[in-house]
Amino acid sequence: MDFAYSDEQQMLRDSVLRYGEEHWAAADRLKTLAAGPEMTKRRWAEMAELGWLMLPIAESDGGLGGSAADVMAVMEGVGRHLMAVPYVTSCVLVPALLEGSEAGAELLGEIGAGTAVAAAGFLEADSGYDLRHVTTRTVRHGEGWRLSGAKVHVEDGADADWFVVSARTAGADHESDGIGLFLIDRAAEGLAVDGSRAIDGHRHARLMLDDVAAIPVGDVEAATPVIEAAVDRAIAAQLAEAVGSMEAASEATLDHLRTRHQFGVAIGSFQVLQHRMVDMVVAGEEARSMAYHATLNLGRDPHTRTRAVSAGKVRVAESGVYVGQQAVQLHGGVGFSEELIVSHHLRRQMMLAQAFGNADHHRTRFARLGAGA
Amino acid sequence: MNLDFDADDLRFRDEVREFFADGIPETWRTRVRAGLRLDPEDLIYYQRRLHARGWGAPTWPVEYGGTGWTPTQQYIFWSEAARADAPAQFHQGLELIGPIIFTYGTDEQKARYLPRILTLDDWWCQGYSEPGAGSDLAALRTRADRDGDDYVLNGQKMWTSYAHVASHVFVLARTSQEAKRQQGISLILVDMNTPGLRVQKIPTMDEKYHTNELFLDDVRVPVSNLLGEEGKGWGYGKVLLDRERMVSAATAIFLTQTVRGIRDAATRRRVGGVPLIETPGFATKLAQFEIEVIALQTMVLRLMDDAARGADSGPRGSMVKLRWSQLTQAGTALWVEALGPESAHFAPLGNGDGPAEDMPYALQGALYSRVTSIYGGSSEIQHNIIARRALGL
Repeated sequence: MDFAYSDEQQMLRDSVLRYGEEHWAAADRLKTLAAGPEMTKRRWAEMAELGWLMLPIAESDGGLGGSAADVMAVMEGVGRHLMAVPYVTSCVLVPALLEGSEAGAELLGEIGAGTAVAAAGFLEADSGYDLRHVTTRTVRHGEGWRLSGAKVHVEDGADADWFVVSARTAGADHESDGIGLFLIDRAAEGLAVDGSRAIDGHRHARLMLDDVAAIPVGDVEAATPVIEAAVDRAIAAQLAEAVGSMEAASEATLDHLRTRHQFGVAIGSFQVLQHRMVDMVVAGEEARSMAYHATLNLGRDPHTRTRAVSAGKVRVAESGVYVGQQAVQLHGGVGFSEELIVSHHLRRQMMLAQAFGNADHHRTRFARLGAGA
Repeated sequence: MNLDFDADDLRFRDEVREFFADGIPETWRTRVRAGLRLDPEDLIYYQRRLHARGWGAPTWPVEYGGTGWTPTQQYIFWSEAARADAPAQFHQGLELIGPIIFTYGTDEQKARYLPRILTLDDWWCQGYSEPGAGSDLAALRTRADRDGDDYVLNGQKMWTSYAHVASHVFVLARTSQEAKRQQGISLILVDMNTPGLRVQKIPTMDEKYHTNELFLDDVRVPVSNLLGEEGKGWGYGKVLLDRERMVSAATAIFLTQTVRGIRDAATRRRVGGVPLIETPGFATKLAQFEIEVIALQTMVLRLMDDAARGADSGPRGSMVKLRWSQLTQAGTALWVEALGPESAHFAPLGNGDGPAEDMPYALQGALYSRVTSIYGGSSEIQHNIIARRALGL
């Protein structure tokens, strides 16, 4: 049992934090976001050069084979400095979906090098957050496959060069068997990408597929375990991101309590505000504990893993939004402004809270799993 | 970074699991799960069984008869105890006065008192709070006046839990009047049979006998019963602050027992032909409780890990106390909810089978849990401690 980062992980964490301070400074937030995808591309190239993009990719796929704890070390900095980049989707989720597949080998090299970005789409109009409810249809054409359907939300999908999507190859709409993974080129004929900017600077997409050529990945009738394991990895990474963001928001708030004067005194001298601040810090401690719990259980059996990840997701979603909201509240009017960094933390926390399934979804998933070991 | 136990720890876990495989009577189960203390004779039996195995004091150093266990071993021990529905050990001797005795006591005091704490031959209670000194303990007024080779104690203590069972009480009393209220307070050990001591029950809302008023009327004890230095008693509380994290940690680990209590009750009860636990509303409430328990237990694991590496865990002990009391309250309330209309049947009137099998313990546990956010530093005091120590506010 050991909750400390190794020296290497600590160095990695520190270098991401330093990079964030330099290139994602809170004071320049609006300017950074206003520069849009061009800016993101520059930042992405820098992160590629630092080797971070290939860190989560398996060694057998040409990456660095970083552990879940390595990814956590990176994600804390991503969260603390609100780096609006597709790291979780392109570097954690997609590589986990494509791991060891012939179809994805070349793309994974490009993702690691920063020359291609990929996103993954699972959710459909009637699926809620259920990854097993898949109605996107497949038709086989000799060696090739064609897909038709719609994916209502592709996290970070707006600027992706490639998409990995789930589609049904057998069985009924809600069955966990008979789901396959397919790789689609953004330029493929019949694919429409409807992009949207989110309130936190991320750029998502909706996909319409009309008889689109697709490359099968792995066993096209048994992808569900792969999808669920990959999404769990992505969730764990986002939990660390949320923790980094919460701690930054709490620190900014504590600083404000010490320096802001009203009624002739620092507002941090008011007990009601002290106690609220304590509740924020306790929420942060719980969230950090849950990020560890989820991350360090990723390698265990699916029951243990999903239970840990869903538990983490529920508690971090609740704590993250709470801390973001209270950070805004304790800053007073200025907390509500577009400019102040705490409002950006709240916006990101609200989006993180529902990415890959909101607290309700994961609470239900946890309940269905029954008692722990 | 990992959650794995090494081979030695796994061997230790098997050893502990084997110990707990038998000897935990079925009749203890519901009370233990509801967070209630067992009857004194049961706690004495349990303590002696542990002591016979060499495990009487999991947090003490070996030289005083403790186990000398690493924090990981302590965690394993408490987890296995919780898993077997064993109770928490009675803590006032083991965790409150014992460590002060072995840290500040004379050799004679150590030799006289420590072995009898391990066997529970001596049952200690704590004489700290007074009618005018609760959260503001430094307001205490009980006096210990020097008279030759004796101290003569006069005053009144409140909320002296288990004074009706105890053989000894450790009392904070004023040995001199100083400008600073925290000074001039001494810690004095008193045999409960000393003339002038009177115990009066304070009935509590859960109808279980826990606590008392303790009147001290010219209670004469030898000066050798002073623990540590005269006038320095306030500072000895600090050794407890540092150990407090372990006490909170242990109690938090036992919350898994409450989860099982709720789960069993909600599995037994059917609503519209369906076990309550399968109804979406209840299932998500139980899931929420269990998830928060996991969060707290992981905080505890981090605390133990800090302790193992000698790192300062700051006020995380206070955080654990704060969250534990919230969760024991939420859990026992959920258990009562699981019992449904039958939760109104508290005590049998003697003309039938009487209440449900969980009763009265589920409801008593829910009522008793309300005091957990008041005793040992109320939740509001814990907030103050964290604000001061961790945030510098």
